[in-house]
Amino acid sequence: MKYVDEYRDSKLIARQAREIREAVDPGHTYSFMEVCGTHTMNIFRFGIRELLPANIRLISGPGCPVCVTPNEFIDKAIALAGIKNIIIATFGDMLKVPGSYSSLEKERGAGASVKIVYSSIDALDLAKRNPEKDVVFLGIGFETTAPTVAQSILMAKRAGVKNYSVLCGHKTMPEALSVLTEAPKLDIDGFLLPGHVSAIIGVKPYRFLAARGKRCVVAGFEPLDIMQAISMLIKQKRPGIEIQYTRIIKRGGNVLARKSIKKVFEEKDSIWRGIGKIRKSGLVIKSKFAEFDAEKKFRVQIPGARDHAGCICGDVIKGVKTPLECKLFRKTCAPEHPVGACMVSSEGTCSAYYKYG
Amino acid sequence: MCLGIPMKVIKIDGDEGIVVSGGLRKKANFSLMKSARPGDYVLLHAGFVIEKIKTKEAEKTLKALNNL
Repeated sequence: MKYVDEYRDSKLIARQAREIREAVDPGHTYSFMEVCGTHTMNIFRFGIRELLPANIRLISGPGCPVCVTPNEFIDKAIALAGIKNIIIATFGDMLKVPGSYSSLEKERGAGASVKIVYSSIDALDLAKRNPEKDVVFLGIGFETTAPTVAQSILMAKRAGVKNYSVLCGHKTMPEALSVLTEAPKLDIDGFLLPGHVSAIIGVKPYRFLAARGKRCVVAGFEPLDIMQAISMLIKQKRPGIEIQYTRIIKRGGNVLARKSIKKVFEEKDSIWRGIGKIRKSGLVIKSKFAEFDAEKKFRVQIPGARDHAGCICGDVIKGVKTPLECKLFRKTCAPEHPVGACMVSSEGTCSAYYKYG
Repeated sequence: MCLGIPMKVIKIDGDEGIVVSGGLRKKANFSLMKSARPGDYVLLHAGFVIEKIKTKEAEKTLKALNNL
């Protein structure tokens, strides 16, 4: 596959690994956080940790949308799935995530209508094909996914589709990184910034990280991208924001996508699993588009959300603990019977440790 | 979830189009990247083209890696 295979060349990976070994200061321990779940997964999948010197520590960050979605959101989705004539349309990763009392997968087994879709457009098409039903799409994800969901709402409005709505759980990344850099327990030298979030927002929203003394490199996702970005982090003289993923990233991001987000959504405080409430880190549907807001359309009531006893998913998301420190890991918690969201998502840190660790 | 797949544009008709990669052929929405043209390589995320791939930059990155 073009623009994939060439960045997986094992000879070049070995050369980049050697160059990193030669560049590190042996007296210093480097702590870098890979923010994005796709980075985490590929770091494990391609054995990148094993290629790095022992004094480079990679910490997995909060960039897995399924993992940071709180139980309350899943509980609401489950309550909606229980309403007659509602079809829940969702990205596949959400299916197995345990809410406070159940999961969408269990509810589907009990007769609820839950369909997996690849895109918000598929969910909108599902609504068009089923005019007697109400399709509710579970809108989760960061700035990469938010504009695609915004577009589906604009398309629904233009086409006069009345039976499509979104349960909106979108979140924005810079605010979460700001909170993490303030956490006293977490000592990070630098960040591998998320390539595809940055494709939308550009690099400006990360400036505060450099101002707080953090080195930053916006990184692509193939093994050579990740290795080269690590090399750039090591060599960065003064904290700043560099781009490794130059074949995709424009410093100004994708203006059309940001316009779309701004048109449909507005910022609001949002709860992140493990981190808690982060100011202005969520996106909610503007009142102008209330007819497409599943929360306003159906007003479901849910009992208070509760956490799963013993699960340290929250600390794993913050990067202060690894899955190996969890008593449930590989015992009561495994991909077939997950307790926490980080074990469910294909890009969750626990799932990565389980598969490749 | 922020996965993006590099694909080649085959056809664009308004906001809709077709992209391919390897044996994969997919419908794509171009409303977030209107400057894409057939023949371009693009990044597909959740059914939407979110960016064009800058081929010159891709070559530069590979060249730098080859020169290590």
